[in-house]
Amino acid sequence: MKANKILEKLARLMRFGLLVGIGFIIVYPLLRQISAAVMHPDDMYDLTVNWIPRTLTTMNFKVAWEMLDYPRALLNTLGTALLLSTLELASTMIIGYGFARWRYPGSNVVFAMVLLSIIIPPQMVMVPLFLNFRYFDLFGLLPEPGINLIGSFWPMVLMALTGTAKRSGLFIFITRNFFRGMSTSLEEAAYVDGAGHLKTFFRIMVPNATPIAMIVFLFSFVWQWNDLFYTDLFMQGRNLLQIGLLSINAQYNYPWANKAVEGTYIQLVNNAGMLLYILPVLILYAFLQRYFIESIEKTGLVG
Amino acid sequence: MLKRLKLSLNAQRSLLGFLFTLPFILGFGAFLAYPFVQSVIFSLSKLTIVPTGYVLDFVGLDNYRHAVFVDPRFRQVFVETVVSMAMKIPVILIFSFFAANLLNQKFRGRTMARVIFFLPVIMGAEITLRMQQADYMQQAMSLSESGLIPLSALQEFLGSLKLPMVFVNFIFAAINEIPMIIRSSGIQILIFLAALQSIPKSLYEAAHMEGATGWEAFWKITFPLISPLLLVNVVYTIVDSFTAPDNVLLELIQDAAWGGAGFGVSTAMAWIYFSMIIVILAITMVLVGREVHYES
Repeated sequence: MKANKILEKLARLMRFGLLVGIGFIIVYPLLRQISAAVMHPDDMYDLTVNWIPRTLTTMNFKVAWEMLDYPRALLNTLGTALLLSTLELASTMIIGYGFARWRYPGSNVVFAMVLLSIIIPPQMVMVPLFLNFRYFDLFGLLPEPGINLIGSFWPMVLMALTGTAKRSGLFIFITRNFFRGMSTSLEEAAYVDGAGHLKTFFRIMVPNATPIAMIVFLFSFVWQWNDLFYTDLFMQGRNLLQIGLLSINAQYNYPWANKAVEGTYIQLVNNAGMLLYILPVLILYAFLQRYFIESIEKTGLVG
Repeated sequence: MLKRLKLSLNAQRSLLGFLFTLPFILGFGAFLAYPFVQSVIFSLSKLTIVPTGYVLDFVGLDNYRHAVFVDPRFRQVFVETVVSMAMKIPVILIFSFFAANLLNQKFRGRTMARVIFFLPVIMGAEITLRMQQADYMQQAMSLSESGLIPLSALQEFLGSLKLPMVFVNFIFAAINEIPMIIRSSGIQILIFLAALQSIPKSLYEAAHMEGATGWEAFWKITFPLISPLLLVNVVYTIVDSFTAPDNVLLELIQDAAWGGAGFGVSTAMAWIYFSMIIVILAITMVLVGREVHYES
């Protein structure tokens, strides 16, 4: 009996150790950012300083704030992410519903394309896609050399609207699974009462799909916020946090940056900028973590 | 509106399905299939930018030849990427299954632990990677990827034990990869966790009554019931690892496009890589698919 209790205590201790260790590895990069972001540049050359700076400063944040044009870039990024995730939510819900409820000749092939769109790496189509948007001629309808859509919202808006943005395929798959699991009796009742298909979809099905819509929207928003690849490719020159951050990054990636003091200092600014950029997402996560963590159970992927 | 067309019920349903999925069909055609075909053509051509757009000159397999035989880094990076992917996938799966079991137990602070384990999914791999690159301390002291473990000391110690160098290098590489493996397991842990929670407790109780040990219960109940999600996780892990931002090969492909060898060579490299991925996906799906147990 006693031996059992000791074993149980040991197991609990081991579990605690494992959780703390793994957790530390996960938050490690974040902790390093925080440590560097409040560090005075003088401490960079102090070998005795590793985690806790000798002199605390808010200077790095101030410089990053200005370099990023923070308030305005934050609003722009927020607006872009909200716009794109709303569009992506609308399109993937409609498309997913279409796959869940009706079949037509070739609908299986189209659904296979959805799955294919999940596994095609964006780098595969990066070059042609960039050139098509750079010289956008609506597939031959507009005169040569076409319009330059790079640097505008249009490439990403078009992709979000058609369910082909980053990970849209995944959302279509999830919404399809969800609608398939919903009983058709509600819709039939609506049809009997004389509602059309669109009306039924928007008035009956969408309100009933709030849990899944919430998941799609939140993930879409967060992934949109974190996206550097497409944003950098299509929205060059816009006042967005992602673009601003990459330009801070670019400054210290130059070889001369390591020689001058100013060049080294830019690293601390970069750390502060990174925190300013990720902070809104972390705040969102802190308040809505339940939705993110319970998401998988609600997607209909399991059981 | 549809009623006025006087279609048969079947035709009406087909039309509705088509209309609802039409946005995707258009988008897939315009933003995936068309560029996909273009990328085949690009990979066989020399692309030059001119004021009115771009011109293509057909060069046959020259770009592929350049990628494989001329480019100094491609061959090496390609082999390294594929090998490390093949090694990482089983480790990620085992770790995420282990972590899911850990998080499925009842203890205080479980929600907190789940929140932290899922954090890498929220922060995104791109940001995490940039954070690591921006860690000046790590750059200055050139520590391990994590900066947590004094790897050089460990390597010296293992070397002094007169172990074969291949073995030492393997351990060295494995330890170096630990943070990466933990951080790319977020979604997989959640999927396994949801699967574990969906197994009815009564099955275990029944098995216990019949005298089954925990080991037997695992292989006869847990494993078959989570096996469909094992396949999902395998596919997810593969897809995730070949689109990951810390993938050196993708970086090489991107660099080739915007700087070095040009668009043609870049797309040729992408095609070589993509064919390899399709082969790996097909093999794993056949292998894992055989083990999957579906409830009828």
